[in-house]
Amino acid sequence: MAELFEIDNLQIAFRKEDGTPVQIVKGVSFNVKAGQVVALSTISMATMAYCRPGLHFPGGEVRLHGKDVLAMEPQDQRAIRGNKVAYLAQSAAATFNPAITIGEQVTEAAVLHGTLSQEEANIRAVELYRALELPDPDRLGHRYPHQVSGGQLQRLMAAMALVSKPDLLVLDEPTTALDVTTQIEVLKAFKKVIQEEGSAAIYVTHDLAVVAQVADHIVVLYSGEVQEQGPVEQIINNPKHPYTKRLMAAVKPTPTAGMGDTADQKHDRDVPNIEVKDMTAGYGGIVNGKPAITVLRDINVKIKNSHVVGVIGESGCGKSTLARVMAGLLPAAKGEVFLDGKKLEADLKHRSQEELQKIQFVYQMADTALNPRQLIGDILGRPLEFYRGIKGKERREEVAKLLRLVELPVEFESRFPSELSGGQKQRVNMARALAANPEIMLCDEVTSALDSIVSSNVIKLLKKLRDQTGVSFVFISHDLSTVGSFADEIVVLYAGRVVEQGPVDEVLAPPYHPYTRLLISSVPELRVGWLEDTMQKREMAAGIARGVEITDTGCPFYNRCPIAIDGTCDKEIAPTREPTPEHYISCHRTMEEINEIEQNPQQILHGFEKAAPDGDKAAKPV
Amino acid sequence: MQRMVIQRILIGLVTLWVVSVLVFVMTSLLPGDVAQIVLGQSATPESLAAYRAERGLDQPLIFQYFGWLGNMLTGDLGTSKAGGASISSLISGRLGNTMYLAAVVAIISVPLSVGLGLLAAMYPGTWIDKSLTFGTLALISVPEFFIATFMVLIFAVNLGWLPAIARVAEEDTFWEMARGIAMPLLVLVIVVAAQMIRMTRAGILNVMNAPYIEMAILKGVRRNRIILRHAFFNTIGPIVNVIALNLAYLVSGVVIVETIFAYPGLAKLMIDGVQTRDLPLVQATAMIFCGTYVILIILADVAAILANPRLRNPK
Repeated sequence: MAELFEIDNLQIAFRKEDGTPVQIVKGVSFNVKAGQVVALSTISMATMAYCRPGLHFPGGEVRLHGKDVLAMEPQDQRAIRGNKVAYLAQSAAATFNPAITIGEQVTEAAVLHGTLSQEEANIRAVELYRALELPDPDRLGHRYPHQVSGGQLQRLMAAMALVSKPDLLVLDEPTTALDVTTQIEVLKAFKKVIQEEGSAAIYVTHDLAVVAQVADHIVVLYSGEVQEQGPVEQIINNPKHPYTKRLMAAVKPTPTAGMGDTADQKHDRDVPNIEVKDMTAGYGGIVNGKPAITVLRDINVKIKNSHVVGVIGESGCGKSTLARVMAGLLPAAKGEVFLDGKKLEADLKHRSQEELQKIQFVYQMADTALNPRQLIGDILGRPLEFYRGIKGKERREEVAKLLRLVELPVEFESRFPSELSGGQKQRVNMARALAANPEIMLCDEVTSALDSIVSSNVIKLLKKLRDQTGVSFVFISHDLSTVGSFADEIVVLYAGRVVEQGPVDEVLAPPYHPYTRLLISSVPELRVGWLEDTMQKREMAAGIARGVEITDTGCPFYNRCPIAIDGTCDKEIAPTREPTPEHYISCHRTMEEINEIEQNPQQILHGFEKAAPDGDKAAKPV
Repeated sequence: MQRMVIQRILIGLVTLWVVSVLVFVMTSLLPGDVAQIVLGQSATPESLAAYRAERGLDQPLIFQYFGWLGNMLTGDLGTSKAGGASISSLISGRLGNTMYLAAVVAIISVPLSVGLGLLAAMYPGTWIDKSLTFGTLALISVPEFFIATFMVLIFAVNLGWLPAIARVAEEDTFWEMARGIAMPLLVLVIVVAAQMIRMTRAGILNVMNAPYIEMAILKGVRRNRIILRHAFFNTIGPIVNVIALNLAYLVSGVVIVETIFAYPGLAKLMIDGVQTRDLPLVQATAMIFCGTYVILIILADVAAILANPRLRNPK
């Protein structure tokens, strides 16, 4: 059988400002047969014969059905795109045009290429929405992208790619930015639809655990060269190349007790570094201590000096809001924040400069947090001057020190952020916060956009900073494995409430709150067939089918909980239990009951045979 | 969304009220006594007092203001202090002329400049784009009185094709009217179009870096369609605002152009009013200019709200 798609000694390069070419891809070759799923990393764009501005192809061939697409005329390349080869990007939220309805965007490629009429394309789109298990398929096309959830958009992008029945799909990290629970739902839909449609696919990702679930064949690329390739079982079970082994090692382990290293006690003091007491916060006008939209309810968190508190939960649960309240960006509606035992003003405007200096925020997107028109030296120098009055020669020395601290070369001070890689930018982002000499760093999803090896290096750096500087961290993430490897304590947030909190080794060991259980079971394992096995579990049956509902009464997790008690959990606020000192679980089930349920994993206790209402995750009232 | 639209309209009304206070106070501060001007140097103190009493000029300023505001709201713009004609009749003809000129300029310049802006965005870096960018920059930098004077020199004095004085009359044929307003029209189109072209181009190119544009390219969409369907709809907000500002400028900022071409428009009337200390006339024309400005800005805001699907279709 002829190869559907061949890449032959492909090279990709870009030109630096002084004109010297830099090779990114240095002669890569591999083939894709019809109906095969091949996973690899970093060269997705080349298959579309599309180059981001500034890149070019100095050599090699990319053949589709035996024809070199790189040598084609632009109009012939355009005829292939969206027709024979379709692309799925990492962020569906950015990939959908906000001003055009979903239906038009999904059907556009098929109609423009003349493969289907608008009516046929509409029918095909609705079929795909059904196959992807999207809610309300008949009317979904009339909606705008902002009216559906992130996980739905990600699946809609698959519909957009599949509408013209392409021979080859290119998926570029399509689940990397998603919550673990959403990732499972999207992976399941992708896998099903790829099998049904019979398209070949190139699945680009750095996450071997995800690859193991979807691919037939794996190509491992490193520094622009193929290191190893082979069938999925061979690569996963018997990796040969050291880089593959490094990738395997960087796969996030299933979160378990004892996985992390906790802080030593040398920086301890009597009072907590920062403390949040009985805090309720949200958006909109505040009436009687209740905001119009409540995001967080009755939160109590204490962070000791040089300790790390991990805040975990799905997107929209209020993690970032917690950090914003601590930083004073969002004044709480009720409750207090203490810094070193001293009460802080709720609003940042009324805090003293010293207080501002002690609490520093590190944003998720280094790309947007760093001013693209400023040199790294100025980005780091400005807080030095502003908070610590360091100027001139001393400032330069201090900038160099900061760069060394975050393990970047000193020459970077004269570069712009755009000249740095994602991981390097995130280091600068952290150095910027460190420049203020803070006591507390609020890190909001700082590793979420990075690949696993870069992210584990960043975590290593954070640990080093904690030990050297005694700074404490609030580490916000939706990734339980990362949090487990770094935090001393974990706070599990669900729909704005703390459902479980305590020392890391207690939270990651039974008894679990049912939601913690769901999060742990959703972390992909490096094992072929894991996805299918996991979907059989009761946590998945309950937790994946339904979305978050924010309720005023009862336990917020009630509708997704496999062990909920009807008539109690939906009516009454759950009591807070303390199985071991300082480990709190909010659940109506007693710890004995939870332990007993853990012993019988197959038992389904909360009637999930009754169908979930549309499986509609759009109804997130956040 | 309705709330936002209503909010914009209410803000517009408040702005108008603030403007009315400013206009009234500032015209009152203008030097010169109307009674003295109207009755002349030889007027007796008694006749001056009688004139003031008759016109309510002896009342405190605040009463004068509310009286004036009430009259304005009921459509009574007062009588001209110079000549005694009703201001409504003075304005109506002039307003028509200005609106006519503004409308023709708008009809020509808006599609022309949005089109040229899109054209420049479609072929960035080509000679089309470069000449448009250079041309508009040059035209923005040159003041309109210079362009106007220069055109008079060329078309009226040297070539003799067009009349130096723009004049329109009811009985004119279409061709005569077109000839009459050709030069002010051309000057105004050049002045307002330059900015709109640049904003359209910049707005589109700014959006062209968005990931959804890259996605459209990877779907095999043609560049022209990408710009017209994918990029343009996301740029309407800022473009509409620039259009509104330029149209408002047409109504109020034409003073210079109307003066140079002696075009019988509202701006010319206002200048005459200032010269003769005819306060009611100045106040009325100022209010019309400000009102047009505010209305156009409200329209632009509402159009921007309507063009945003997030606001048009809430979750």
